Amino acid sequence: MYRYDETDQRLVDERVVRFRDQMRRFLAGELSEDDFRPLRLQNGLYIQRHAPMLRVAIPYGTMSATQLRMLARVAREYDRGYGHFTTRCNIQYNWVRLEDAPEILAELATVQMHAIQTSGNCIRNITTDPFAGVAADEVLDPRPYCEIVRQWSTLSPEYTFLPRKFKIAITGSRNDRAAVSFHDIGARAVRREDGEIGFEVYVGGGLGRTPMVGHRIQSFLPRRELLSYFDAILRVYNRYGRRDKKYKSRVKILVKELGPEAFTTEVEREWEFLRGGEASIDDARFDAMERHFRAPEIPADGESALPRNGEPAFLRWLARNVTAHRLPGLAIVTLSLKQTGNPPGDASAAQMEAAADLADRYSAGEIRVSHEQNLVLPQVRIAELLALWQAAVGHQLATANIGLLTDVVCCPGGDFCSLANARSIPIAEAIQRRFADEAALEDVGPLELNISGCVNACGHHHIGNIGILGVDKNGEEWYQVTLGGSEDAPPAIGRIIGPSFQAADIPEVVEKVVTVYRRQRSEGERFIDTLRRIGADPFKQHLYGGADGHRDQD
Amino acid sequence: MGTVIKINEGIVEDAAQLVPLARWLEWREAGQVPHPGSGVWLEPDDDFDALLPDLDRLTLIAVNFPVFTDGRGYSVARLLRERHGYRRELRAVGDVLRDQLYFMRRCGFDAFALRADQDAELALRAFDDYSVSYQ
Ligand code: HEM
Ligand code: SF4
Repeated sequence: MYRYDETDQRLVDERVVRFRDQMRRFLAGELSEDDFRPLRLQNGLYIQRHAPMLRVAIPYGTMSATQLRMLARVAREYDRGYGHFTTRCNIQYNWVRLEDAPEILAELATVQMHAIQTSGNCIRNITTDPFAGVAADEVLDPRPYCEIVRQWSTLSPEYTFLPRKFKIAITGSRNDRAAVSFHDIGARAVRREDGEIGFEVYVGGGLGRTPMVGHRIQSFLPRRELLSYFDAILRVYNRYGRRDKKYKSRVKILVKELGPEAFTTEVEREWEFLRGGEASIDDARFDAMERHFRAPEIPADGESALPRNGEPAFLRWLARNVTAHRLPGLAIVTLSLKQTGNPPGDASAAQMEAAADLADRYSAGEIRVSHEQNLVLPQVRIAELLALWQAAVGHQLATANIGLLTDVVCCPGGDFCSLANARSIPIAEAIQRRFADEAALEDVGPLELNISGCVNACGHHHIGNIGILGVDKNGEEWYQVTLGGSEDAPPAIGRIIGPSFQAADIPEVVEKVVTVYRRQRSEGERFIDTLRRIGADPFKQHLYGGADGHRDQD
Repeated sequence: MGTVIKINEGIVEDAAQLVPLARWLEWREAGQVPHPGSGVWLEPDDDFDALLPDLDRLTLIAVNFPVFTDGRGYSVARLLRERHGYRRELRAVGDVLRDQLYFMRRCGFDAFALRADQDAELALRAFDDYSVSYQ
């Protein structure tokens, strides 16, 4: 893991001092609400439905047990005993007091954490594959690159007041678990045959009101030019991105309006001047950075194949929550935060502490946050899986549902968010209850279900195989259903299948969709593959074909 | 212009005349030599390519921030300094607040006409907001 040096620490400490002073001036009436707003947002502080909300960065989703314990402490001391892990690999606290925010940030700084640029119109927290550095299918570990980009973007003098927020994701694997096609910039590391490392670069993806798949504008960007090229993209965006309407201000709109070719030409023109310049990175920098991320030496003695015997519950968990590691004898374990009844992504302080203890004991003290809102222990010895499972069960961290329908991705929705059109947490719970039978759930197999409470798409509904979006109709909560979204292979945005439904009907709707799939699938075929093969019509037919009285009229 | 903070001079009263880019170009076209104390006022979306031949003889360029959340001026500053080699005074004008000064300076501004309600003495300290930087 990356460890702060003196510079990193000083920057975070000075940031706390700045923010404390800004907060003091605001509370003293010396700083107007308007002047303060961008400052507090750039420190992760929102004003939400019930109270201020603080979003703390977990850069590229990686943290230490010590850091997670601090997150638990913040939940306990300054909030109501829990936090919400988000689809952008941050954690949010929903009930903090405005005045406490500087103190919370000061405490976080003691464990090398911060809330810098977790919100606001700037470069946001960099995200990556939760299995980065340990996945068996990885070309290379993207984390050193993420950290280099994190540093470059932190308090960037030029890009702190962009037209709109800017999100960067980097992956090191062909199998994209970071949804790079749905970011303002997505980068996929590639190693050429001659050994040279570079990146495919995608621009202009995003979700929200206008979902778009990013365009590939570079097929091999040499790694030393990673930042100079990002600089060129950001500068073009900063200068020419629209600032007149909030929902037209993302880079995806600029790319669309100019066309990907013209946009790329602009970027290349800018890059001509920037490449090889100050932002170029030399090999020594990469080497130094890579040393930070070297895997801890875990003796991989003992078992190298997953256990085949044991309790059915344990075996189910092995099948669902354990992923192949790049080293023999080790495994990657996902701790589910999707226990039915628990809002997806929420973790109590006790659970966070338990996960931290598990990480210390079984995973070299390291934890990841996935954009599916689960926690990941990346370095577990196969020989210790049983012990880990037994310990995790007691903390409701071992629900064997990773990648299944009940592993719902879900935004806070109307229960917390002031932008919501509808609630989403109770919808998630109702669906989880409907699919409570483990064998049936298992039989349905891999299926991503994503729920957002409004068009902003924080719950990523567009890229769920089944997506559910809360919409408002004359003050009532309704839900629109999309099918066919996928973050990868190939990336796709789900299509709306027809008129929206009322909350009470949603579990039934999902059930019907699943029924069609089960009827039509061929042996071993995943939901998304069946859907791609047969199209959405059979699903629509089954849902809307017979007048079942639940349709609304527009 | 009123009160301006200059990196090397502190707080000064300054009466420089700033003319919009279009006017400057008209003058140049007409062969008129502007008053030595005058400078060019750039809006953040001005295409300043036409100004480039003048960079050597200009002594003041001001870049307007219509609202402080409009960050285009930061890019304009970096371009003028780094790509086009402009060396004389580069002044941020408009909605210029204490909390932006550090970033403006790092992009190449060396003079700042603060928004009227800002305390210039306090603002002077803003350049020390951070003692380290990554970029
Ligand atoms: C509760 C406070 C929140 C507010 C006020 C908020 C606000 C927004 C807004 C306005 C957008 C639309 C941006 C655009 O497309 O221009 C958005 C998008 C998004 N937000 Fe949130 N959000 C909140 C919570 C969350 C949470 C809890 C998550 C994760 C679970 C999240 C992750 C995202 C993601 C992934 C997008 C999609 C953006 C894209 O790719 O275009 N946000 N949010
Ligand atoms: S999708 Fe809408 S309701 Fe959900 S968190 Fe985002 S802004 Fe709020």
